Amino acid sequence: MSHVVHNETAREQEHGHEDAGSLSLFGFWVYLMTDCILFATLFATYAVLGQSVAGGPSAADIFELPYVLVETFLLLLSSITYGYAMLANHRQDKRWVLRWLGVTFLLGLGFIAMEINEFHHLISEGAGPQRSAFLTAFFTLVGTHGLHVLVGLIWMALLMMQVHQRGLTCVNATRLSCLSLFWHFLDIVWVCVFTVVYLFGVI
Amino acid sequence: MSRQSHVPSSAGASQSSHRSYNTGFVLAALLTLLPFGLAMYPSLPRHLTFMTVLVCALVQIVVHMVFFLHLTTAREQRWNLIALVFTVVIITLLVGLSLWIMYYVHYNMLGL
Repeated sequence: MSHVVHNETAREQEHGHEDAGSLSLFGFWVYLMTDCILFATLFATYAVLGQSVAGGPSAADIFELPYVLVETFLLLLSSITYGYAMLANHRQDKRWVLRWLGVTFLLGLGFIAMEINEFHHLISEGAGPQRSAFLTAFFTLVGTHGLHVLVGLIWMALLMMQVHQRGLTCVNATRLSCLSLFWHFLDIVWVCVFTVVYLFGVI
Repeated sequence: MSRQSHVPSSAGASQSSHRSYNTGFVLAALLTLLPFGLAMYPSLPRHLTFMTVLVCALVQIVVHMVFFLHLTTAREQRWNLIALVFTVVIITLLVGLSLWIMYYVHYNMLGL
């Protein structure tokens, strides 16, 4: 948000916007913290129910680590491309903000597509959420994360339209920063997911 | 709030550079490849693999916070950090105590 401000009036206005902006960011941060607690309850549930396979497939039977590794890298790459979009935003470079957001969007879309494909594959093999407590907890936890990513993608698409139409205004800069927090936060949650669910399940 | 609000940099919006993101990415990539490698090609004793994977995840979370979220101990981010620390305490209690209780429930029910 380090804009070059040319005169006093503009600076005053800028400060007004940035006050509101930093307050919005802090509010959004607090929301993310509550979201952390939501995910913590789901992780606790998964940890308790993870062994209750009811004679069905266990974690080691159904997870394919190479597939998860690709998903992980799609999300990690999307995190860094979003970072590049933020840097372009600091430079007030609208074109590159839109380009990097576009790349981030495609990477996120790839992640979601792979996850839906994985879920579809599991359900068609009879390992759906109704099969055992383990699978219920798995679909709830991973599905909630996927839903967050999907919401992030919708938000990103809308934000790209707004940046395209109105440019990098103060309001849009705040929105970009909030989505940045959200997007990086989802990547952190995914680190917990692939460690607790996929890696611990297979080890 | 009025004192800190002059500084627009909150987490995610602060001074950052390509280098910070690239360093973060390389570290995160290594901390991802190592545990996946250990899980796919088991070469260590099981409990050691388990511990390594756990440590890698914890370090990677810190890497994400520092290099991607740009969380620092700077004064203008004090409240972000306090909220985070509070959340970590809540999560530790929530997950730790749930597992503790459920472990003993399982343990005691097996006797039946």
